[in-house]
Amino acid sequence: MKHAALALFTLGLTTFANDWPQFRGPDSTGVATGATIPEKPKIAWTAALPGRGLASPIIVGEKVFVTASSGPKQQHLHVICLDAQTGAKTWERRLQATGRTMTFAKTCVAACTPCSDGKRVFALWSSNDLAAFDLDGNLLWLRGLTADYPNASNSLGMASSPIVVGETVVVVIENDSESYSLGIDVRTGRNVWKLDRPKTANWTSPIPFRTDENARPSVVLQSNAGLLAVDPASGSRLWEYAEGASTISSSVAANGTIYAPSAGITALTPNANGSAPTQLWRAKQINPSTISPLVLDGLLFSVNSAGVISTADAKTGDNKWKLRLTGPFSASPVGAGKRVVFVNEKGLVQIVDFSNGDGAIAGDFQLPLNADTKELILGTPALTSGGVLIRTDSALWRLGE
Amino acid sequence: MKPYVAVLLLAAISPLRASVEDSVKSILAVEREGRGNEVASAAWQEIVKAGPCALPGILAAAGGGSEVADNWLRLAGDVIIENAVRDRKPVPLAELQSFLADTKHAASARLIAFDLIKLADSGAADVIEPTLIQDPVQALRRGAVQRLIDAAKNQTGDQKKAAYLSALAAVRDEDQTAVIAAELKSLGVEVDLPRHFGFVMKWDIIGPFDNAGRKGFDTAFPPEQEVKIDGAYPGKTAEVKWQRFESQDEYGKLDFNKPLGMQKEATAYAASTFFSETERDAELRLGCKNAWKVWLNGKLLFARDEYHRGQEIDQYKLKCRLNKGANVILVKCCQNEQKEEWTVEWEFKLRVCDSTGTAILSASK
Repeated sequence: MKHAALALFTLGLTTFANDWPQFRGPDSTGVATGATIPEKPKIAWTAALPGRGLASPIIVGEKVFVTASSGPKQQHLHVICLDAQTGAKTWERRLQATGRTMTFAKTCVAACTPCSDGKRVFALWSSNDLAAFDLDGNLLWLRGLTADYPNASNSLGMASSPIVVGETVVVVIENDSESYSLGIDVRTGRNVWKLDRPKTANWTSPIPFRTDENARPSVVLQSNAGLLAVDPASGSRLWEYAEGASTISSSVAANGTIYAPSAGITALTPNANGSAPTQLWRAKQINPSTISPLVLDGLLFSVNSAGVISTADAKTGDNKWKLRLTGPFSASPVGAGKRVVFVNEKGLVQIVDFSNGDGAIAGDFQLPLNADTKELILGTPALTSGGVLIRTDSALWRLGE
Repeated sequence: MKPYVAVLLLAAISPLRASVEDSVKSILAVEREGRGNEVASAAWQEIVKAGPCALPGILAAAGGGSEVADNWLRLAGDVIIENAVRDRKPVPLAELQSFLADTKHAASARLIAFDLIKLADSGAADVIEPTLIQDPVQALRRGAVQRLIDAAKNQTGDQKKAAYLSALAAVRDEDQTAVIAAELKSLGVEVDLPRHFGFVMKWDIIGPFDNAGRKGFDTAFPPEQEVKIDGAYPGKTAEVKWQRFESQDEYGKLDFNKPLGMQKEATAYAASTFFSETERDAELRLGCKNAWKVWLNGKLLFARDEYHRGQEIDQYKLKCRLNKGANVILVKCCQNEQKEEWTVEWEFKLRVCDSTGTAILSASK
């Protein structure tokens, strides 16, 4: 434990084992090492939310943070802090969008999952408003990134989720017009670096990447051009992969390998000399569609929007088992141990267990969605020890055993 | 309260207010790219610590800086109210209400005042909301309009019609206007939506010019040098001339595909002369899913090179100053190379209004 804490300190990270500090959790992997996924889930608590959202909840210690947007133009932006054990609201902060709030009807302004360094919460919305609070809800700083860069927006909506690495919040504001990524000082909210990026709509999220668990993390930015790895402290280029990549489904990294949604799935290992990464394998037949892949226990999981899980050996790319679930899906899968949680748009939670080799549905649970508003589940779940957090436009649920 | 106690209280509060004033100034001083955030962050803590006595200073300052600064102030006000309600401390509701009632204050400040009242005492806000039906702030009158719509639903005959007509006179938001117009239509009343919103319907258009490789967006074709309605210029494939086009769309859509054919990789311009009775502030509000530029009297207001991601009324709000008399509005609209079914549109809609969304109509010459 001492060694683990020392390693976290050395890397500038202050989140802990059970935290789910950003989109797809620790290191953006979708995997919670210490969590247990209930086989037969049921609702432990329900918290009403003040507005729409497909941003995932995040978990820091005993607190859950979630964002929402409300109002006729979704111009009201909310950050809500809840007690992880009870779902009781601890605090809520509201601000007004300073950037454009137009989105495609299916998505909304609260599309970007917040992130935390364990001391602060950084919330970003499609309007490019970025707010930093301490864990008790005290405002630390604000940015209006459309006020700063007036042509930075996407009329379909922005959705990239920020990550925090060391002392830098990495924010991807990539679109057809004023397209850039920023490294922002966690303490002041001021730019540390700004990179011009391809002028193409991009909804993918950056990921942290380490060659091994003791290495300093880099940040991998994804776009239609491919992948660009940068030093989070300076924004300087480390390496580049230029064979194109999805603008919706985000990469995932595990055990020093990056699995990129590029020509199917392409597995890459970066080289220390800054040259293009080495391609380990490419599986053109795996189509991640809009959903980000997951690597768990040596298997790569990908689910297409229709609901077919494809798995492959993470080292070789060799096909493993397939399983048809009930779709359609927008949320990315998350997993722990030998179980993976899939939540379809209609609120059906399906727990896939692969302890016996091939995967099978171990249990399922239908969430009580609001039929009047025809709400959908679009957001990726969060995992905590013994529980799964899932949100929709009106509620956040914690599922337990 | 004995006089000496009040004097002592005032003596205690005055330095607090002075400190709040300094803190508020630090927040108003926040600049682009987070410059000033460090000082503002400390100032925010000071304002919150000061408690309810800081609220007048917050409201007086709101609208005096950027929209981002307004959010700093809004968040401070919210926390002060929440703390006061939690600790059962008095909130200066009368002062907040008085501030809200004075329409000379900045729109964003009055919006914050109303939201603080709602947070402190939702019952008081409920009483105030219907009185905001003619408020100059678009967001403040919305709730009052909704009450009229809801009330009209339960009425019949002439009363129903009168209720919706009252709502129509006040409404500024497109979604509420659509509901009211549909109800009135069913009651035999046609609403002149272009007039209600202030859409510019009569245009002179010219094109197509080239936009191969999307290069037309940054190419200054002749209409950007001069809007000369009898001019003729080399176009994409042939000489092009200005031609009259009047929109028949109830939301003022100018569809270039109609007069110019279904073009791809093409650029067109639309010009209209707008007569203003006075020199005044205004907004040109545009909806467009193609790349576009808008000029007023030769001055570029804004340009955006996004294609086919969506459009809606009031998608872009361009603040401007109208001259007394004739004003030339010029719109450049570029169609790209995409072939998908959802990339056919080559169009925009533009209206002239004030900051509340109230239509400004072109005067007669």
